[in-house]
Amino acid sequence: MGYAIETNKISKKYDSFTAVDSIDLKVPRNSIYGVLGPNGAGKTTLISMLCTILRPTGGSAMVNGYDIEKQAKQVRASIGIVFQSRALDDILTGREHLEMHAALYGVPKDIRQERLDEVLDLIALGKKADEYVKTYSGGMKRRLEIGRGLIHHPKVLFLDEPTLGLDPQTRESIWDYIYDLNQNHDITVLLTTHYMEEADKLCDEVAIINQGHIITSESPKNLKRDLKADTLTITVDSPEEFVEKVKTLGFIKEAFLVDGEVKLMVEMGENLIPAVVGFASEQGFPIRSIELEHPNLEDVFIKFTGSKISSEGK
Amino acid sequence: MAEIEGIYTIWLRETKRFFRYRSRIVTSVVTPLLWLIIFGTGLGSAVRFGGNIPGGYQAFIYPGIIGQTILFTSIFSGLSVIMDRQYGFLKEILVAPISRPSIVLGKALGISTASVIQASILLILSFIVGVSMDPLTFVLCIIIALIMSVGLGGMGLVIAAFTDSMEGFNLIMSFIVLPMFLLSGALFPITGLPTWLQAAVYINPLTYGVDALRAATLGESALPLEISIIVIAFFAVLMILISALIFSKKEQSLM
Repeated sequence: MGYAIETNKISKKYDSFTAVDSIDLKVPRNSIYGVLGPNGAGKTTLISMLCTILRPTGGSAMVNGYDIEKQAKQVRASIGIVFQSRALDDILTGREHLEMHAALYGVPKDIRQERLDEVLDLIALGKKADEYVKTYSGGMKRRLEIGRGLIHHPKVLFLDEPTLGLDPQTRESIWDYIYDLNQNHDITVLLTTHYMEEADKLCDEVAIINQGHIITSESPKNLKRDLKADTLTITVDSPEEFVEKVKTLGFIKEAFLVDGEVKLMVEMGENLIPAVVGFASEQGFPIRSIELEHPNLEDVFIKFTGSKISSEGK
Repeated sequence: MAEIEGIYTIWLRETKRFFRYRSRIVTSVVTPLLWLIIFGTGLGSAVRFGGNIPGGYQAFIYPGIIGQTILFTSIFSGLSVIMDRQYGFLKEILVAPISRPSIVLGKALGISTASVIQASILLILSFIVGVSMDPLTFVLCIIIALIMSVGLGGMGLVIAAFTDSMEGFNLIMSFIVLPMFLLSGALFPITGLPTWLQAAVYINPLTYGVDALRAATLGESALPLEISIIVIAFFAVLMILISALIFSKKEQSLM
């Protein structure tokens, strides 16, 4: 059995709205799998179903070989979860959170202390471990939550937007942490994110999800290779006309508008800038700015959905 | 075994929270004392009280005020699930591999621990209103308080399961908690009331708790002590079953 998580047309419908629509997901064991999508795409709903908090309205899923509906308890015992929103009690200490979690997950008493020390060491709370959580910084709270999710040695770790709202430095350190975890432990990580960079850096494979559907799933490298293109972002005065004109150029693979900016997909973009600039001034479109980007997952996302991932609220 | 440890763990958290919010413990003792001393003395000297209880009106409302404390603490501790949901901690408990009935039971036991501690402080202070207290009475009152608080705490959990935010708090206060208190016979004798009011009093589970406490502390009650205890025990079992059922079946809006 090669998959840690396998879903079969899993769906969640509310009265007039389908949050997750027939998703088939296959997450290989010991991989870091990213579910990437804008806010409201259905990522959290999907994770909540896999964690047995929400019941699917259609389809099924297996986590660690257990059915999420019929064997919910076994599923819960074998997974660790870090929720998108904080799930801490302000008036307990970090250590108490870990102790409580270990007890709830039935970590045998004789190895509990050992596990506690192991995790405290990993999440580096230092003396803060014995202070109330309300005195913690955002990064410490997040580390505590990740550590807590690990204390019962889960086979699958769910991370819902693990670095949302953290400063870049803390984000980097949490990435390193997740990466090491996956390298050194027998653990599959499923994370949701709307940060392209996060998916790009961490994930072996990503599924792009939008409006409850999986649009594509591949390794970040392949997704980017599929684009076979650098992006030239150009601002001109009448972008609509310019797009039509520029399409006639032979080396332009695709030209489209995003938020009033012209995006050109080209190969070897750095060599083509002079040609594009020359063409534009010939045609009477003075270029205000031009920018070259090598492909990133953001472009992959734009290609598949026609909109930026981070545009909040659409 | 795992379930028992789960129940214990949830109880432990509730109890830690109770002891760490010191202001709550202080108010929970001061408020009933204000009722007993100010309201009890004030109304007691304004009306001629028909009962033949030594200590008069103050002594009469003493078990009623203990009942009130148990009511408020239990319902509001039950409602703390709403806060847990808002601050996210409920998720941590609900995804743990223990059954929902165990979660409800742990929570309810935590609630009754808080209520029983408050009740015992008031029981120790019985001399203030001139009610004599012996160890046997004390233990009997604690048992009654325990049964009452499990039922009322369970009721708080049921209400919490259907309340999305703390904004519903005032509604619960006005439409459930205060009527329950006023209709419990905590402040006036329930015999000799108009029929319509008597009906409301007798469907109120708190009435039986207060009556049982009154029987234990003052030796005077509207109903036999055993009947009252059977009613509150039945209510406790019913509320725990209902809240366990709701927490198992109802999809919590957690995200």
